Amino acid sequence: MSNIVLIIIFLVAAIVGYFIINNVPTLLHTPLMSGMNALSGITVLGALAVTAVELKKSGLNVLAVIFGVVAIILAMINVAGGFGITARMLKMFKKEDDD
Amino acid sequence: METVLSPLVFYIISGVLVAGVLIGLSLMSKPNTARTGNAISAASAIIAIAVTMYNYKVLTAPVIWAAIAVGVVISLIIAAKVKMIQMPQLVALLNGFGGLSSALVAILSIRQAEDSFSKYTAAVALVIGFITFTGSLIAAGKLHKLLPQKPIVFKGHTALVAVTIILTVVAVIINAPVWATALLAACFGVLFSVRVGGADMPITISLLNSLSGVAGGIAGIAVGDVMLVAIGGIVGASGLLLTQIMCKAMNRSLVSILIGSTAKPVIKQEETPAEETEETTEEPAEAPEEAEEEEPLNPEEILKNAEKVIIIPGYGMALAQAQSKVKMLADKLEEKGADVKFAIHPVAGRMPGHMNVLLCEVDVPYDKLYEMEVINPEFKDCDAVIVVGANDVINPAANTAEGTPIYGMPVLDAADAKNVIICNFDENPGYAGVPNPLYTMKNTLLLLGDAKETVSQLIDLI
Repeated sequence: MSNIVLIIIFLVAAIVGYFIINNVPTLLHTPLMSGMNALSGITVLGALAVTAVELKKSGLNVLAVIFGVVAIILAMINVAGGFGITARMLKMFKKEDDD
Repeated sequence: METVLSPLVFYIISGVLVAGVLIGLSLMSKPNTARTGNAISAASAIIAIAVTMYNYKVLTAPVIWAAIAVGVVISLIIAAKVKMIQMPQLVALLNGFGGLSSALVAILSIRQAEDSFSKYTAAVALVIGFITFTGSLIAAGKLHKLLPQKPIVFKGHTALVAVTIILTVVAVIINAPVWATALLAACFGVLFSVRVGGADMPITISLLNSLSGVAGGIAGIAVGDVMLVAIGGIVGASGLLLTQIMCKAMNRSLVSILIGSTAKPVIKQEETPAEETEETTEEPAEAPEEAEEEEPLNPEEILKNAEKVIIIPGYGMALAQAQSKVKMLADKLEEKGADVKFAIHPVAGRMPGHMNVLLCEVDVPYDKLYEMEVINPEFKDCDAVIVVGANDVINPAANTAEGTPIYGMPVLDAADAKNVIICNFDENPGYAGVPNPLYTMKNTLLLLGDAKETVSQLIDLI
């Protein structure tokens, strides 16, 4: 996909996201932030892509693969940890007549 | 590198998954649908990971699986062990992980870049990633009390920041070696974060939350991954939105936080930049004042006769771990027929929504938690306000004391209530360093000391 299109997608996603997230009440802002931690871990897609390229190269550069692996580990901590903690937190939000 | 899926198929899948994330987020607008929303976002992310692995033909690569496994195991340990009171530092830490991960992706894509556009974009992602990483580590260290809460200002701090910014920009433009660019960005992250004080943290971690997304999104542009680009943009927008909300709630401009103009101690009578009252450890402020407070106000009478009670929690409640006591107090008051509400200031605590999570954890129903704009008109009909570890957010000086840092900051109108009971650690001004006239008002009762104990005292009275 051309670079310009990618930049446009970035901006459009940001604008659409902004309006959707604007509806999230302050009550849920902490879970929202940990949810965003999870989504920032989606950089694992980039990590997977660049690591895959390194793995397929002839003449393996160990340092480069290590960088890729560390990137995957960190991003996965965010994805799994972020969604996990958000789920745990949201479970605590109860209404008065919910009990 | 050749991918398995044709670009068109990949874009369609990406579009569907991004839509899934957006649907998940829109379900976050209500507490009762939020869990489903989180699950949908999580499912979209997992499918995205699987599709990417398939697309790059690494579904069977042991190295990749090992890395994923390590990450998931670490995250499970963190998710199970973290206490709600530690959420601010955890969010800060994860912001940092996201930033570093994107920075590492950027380093590899600089290596693999075939055109100069990718190279420059990756360099930008590298810079933002490293700023996020070191900035977040400092923020997390402060929130976890490993570093001093007070702003740390180096000699010639502002000049240093300026030089670092210029050098970083130059490094990107001239295609400097990766390590040099990374080092400069890392320095900038430290310089900017170290100067932020405790109560400005909600703004800082919101901003770092945003940057962690932006770093990912730009890394996505460098790698050419649509999904990463879109989701990075969404995360960036979310963090920016929260940053705006926090800035508005504190009447600060983002620029003033970034250039550190809020870091200065502001009120002349203050020698040291005062922290939120409760944080200043064992200070012998109590003994002398105790005697003169023993005046007409009788907390027992106030509480027994109160029909409408509003409780205002602040960071002090979190520090004293007094939230279950506060819940007990609310229950007791309700048992005797009082109407109890909680008033939550947007910047109470150390991150957006901090107080809500702490109170929900101790089973306070969320429909009793009211936002500032909603509850402010109710204070004048309220028989008793109970403040637990909050100061600046109830300081009426914000409406009147021109020239002070909190002037113009929207506050909870606790002063309008018939009686105010304040359970704070000491009488020192809050983080902003502005003395609170509420403390000396006739209808105010000050209970100084550990909030857990003072709230217990109140419970015993009813």
